[in-house]
Amino acid sequence: MRFLAARLAHSIFVLLAVVTLMFLMFRLMPGDPMAAYISEALSDESRQSIRAQFGLDLPLWQQYFIYLANVCQGELGMSFFLKEPVWDIVMAALPVTLALTFSGLVLAYLFGVIAGAFLAWRRGSLVEGISIPIVLATRAAPEFWVGMILLSVFAFSLGWFPSGGAASPGSMYTSEWQRLLSLDFLHHLVLPVVTLALYLQGLPLLLMRSTMLDVMHEEYVTMARMKGLSTKRVVLNHAARNAMLPVATAFTLSLGQLVGGNVVIEMVFSWPGLGRILVQAVSASDYPLAQGAFLLVAFALISMNFVADLFYAVLDPRVSHDRKA
Amino acid sequence: MTEKPDESRPSVSRLRRFVKLTTGDPFAMAGVAIYLLFALTAIFADQIATYNPLDILFLPDGKVAANRSPDGQFWLGTTNLGRDVFSQLVYGARSALMVGLSAAVMVVVVGTLVGLFSGYFGGWVDAVLMRLGDVALSIPFLPFIIVLAAFLKPNVWNVVIGVSALLWPNTGRIVRSQVLTLRERSYVEAAKVSGASHLQILFTHIAPNVLPISFLYGSIVIGWAIFTEASVSFLGFGPSDSVSWGFMLQDAFVSQALSRGAYYWFVPSGLCIMLVVTAGFFISRGYEELLFPKLRD
Repeated sequence: MRFLAARLAHSIFVLLAVVTLMFLMFRLMPGDPMAAYISEALSDESRQSIRAQFGLDLPLWQQYFIYLANVCQGELGMSFFLKEPVWDIVMAALPVTLALTFSGLVLAYLFGVIAGAFLAWRRGSLVEGISIPIVLATRAAPEFWVGMILLSVFAFSLGWFPSGGAASPGSMYTSEWQRLLSLDFLHHLVLPVVTLALYLQGLPLLLMRSTMLDVMHEEYVTMARMKGLSTKRVVLNHAARNAMLPVATAFTLSLGQLVGGNVVIEMVFSWPGLGRILVQAVSASDYPLAQGAFLLVAFALISMNFVADLFYAVLDPRVSHDRKA
Repeated sequence: MTEKPDESRPSVSRLRRFVKLTTGDPFAMAGVAIYLLFALTAIFADQIATYNPLDILFLPDGKVAANRSPDGQFWLGTTNLGRDVFSQLVYGARSALMVGLSAAVMVVVVGTLVGLFSGYFGGWVDAVLMRLGDVALSIPFLPFIIVLAAFLKPNVWNVVIGVSALLWPNTGRIVRSQVLTLRERSYVEAAKVSGASHLQILFTHIAPNVLPISFLYGSIVIGWAIFTEASVSFLGFGPSDSVSWGFMLQDAFVSQALSRGAYYWFVPSGLCIMLVVTAGFFISRGYEELLFPKLRD
């Protein structure tokens, strides 16, 4: 319990620090955030009154506390260009990003765990010697470049998949779930998910392999061998189960990182998710939207880090719960 | 790796082992060879490139040499504006090397200093520096660099600043943990007793021993920075007056090279990024076995 409270306090501290950093970046950086909003043609007086309306005439510390209170209530302001509440825009984009992230992660981890266990089992073989550099190379290839090649081959040359977006023009759905489960959406999802999974599978694969190698030397595995169990059963029931723990933690951490880390894949495939909104908002100097998208992405990252900590503490009794922060 | 000969023994033997390991491990050898190849290309870019990478080229009949497939004159073809892809690729190595090396140097310097002070002095210095590191690691990486690029003028240094501002804690933490054990060693005690100052102990007795691990993290950062620069340029936040591999990919992407199947335009630059980053992985793999000998069996 004390461990839980300490981690929670830590996460809240980090979150507050990130929110503060954002406030300072958006207020103190060169360039007036209002320049895009207030027309040059207005008189000085009306400009001042608009500034007062937004609270920009208040001292910085007062602005900071108003901002904090607003962020806590999900009040992120209005987008300059879309003229809609930032909260609504980012919340509409979140499920689209999560659909991509989650499918990509699941595919990557299914493949990575199985292939990693296999490579650990066949340690020292020719297969392992060839696979490891190939896996490292997939971690090193920029995702957007892989996406470009897949697009060129499978969308433009072969015409098997759409070349971008998340829906065919004119499609209408009665509910969000119906949209996310429609065949059209899934058809659009294939290429981005494959690109993402191709990039992600390296981590679970290498992690699974190295923890398997560690676990294989543990006493309970030796014990199982001594009991006369077959290699296959030892690998599957004893070693693999315990090697899954770091992989599960990595999965949770990746989920948090990817909500904002998918930016380039979303751009290549015109996927209308959170990352694409962030890029478009930044390019258009739409500060409230850029700030809101960034905060949501940071929140996802920090809360998933917290969940991963919990996961680890609950699943592995060897983690000491009263370690010093 | 320039280390003074008068340093304490552990680091010297480590250095020797490093050299031995690099020449013994085919992966590390391949990594070093790739780095050398790209470094040489970057240095001699002016001699290797067949054209100025941003010049618009013309054919003998006066037409712009746009969208040419690879041939004897344009080794990797030309872009839709008639620029030579091969020459862009060669100059791309130069900006990649610059971004990679400067980010790596900054991360190594900041991370090592933080780790040294944090581990050696402990107490509130340690607490403040480590909490700062926690915050840096909790900031979404690419989104932060994009926001940073939005406020500052499009510039290569945005990436270098962003990468170093967010990646120093990894190096800092690992250096700190090394310092925690090093400061209890008898030769450090001996130096203290003989009246050496804190800074003397830190920089002449402890620092040389943590340098190998700093360099390990540095070699990973080179790849990361090049990778990140490519992503930022691809998203359109890079400088438009210098040629980088990310710039080439963005140029190809927005100029419909994909629908025309102009593979010669966008495949080579991505391959170069992949090769350089993989080289970093290969080298650090060798290092890893050196630093964590338990993995060697």
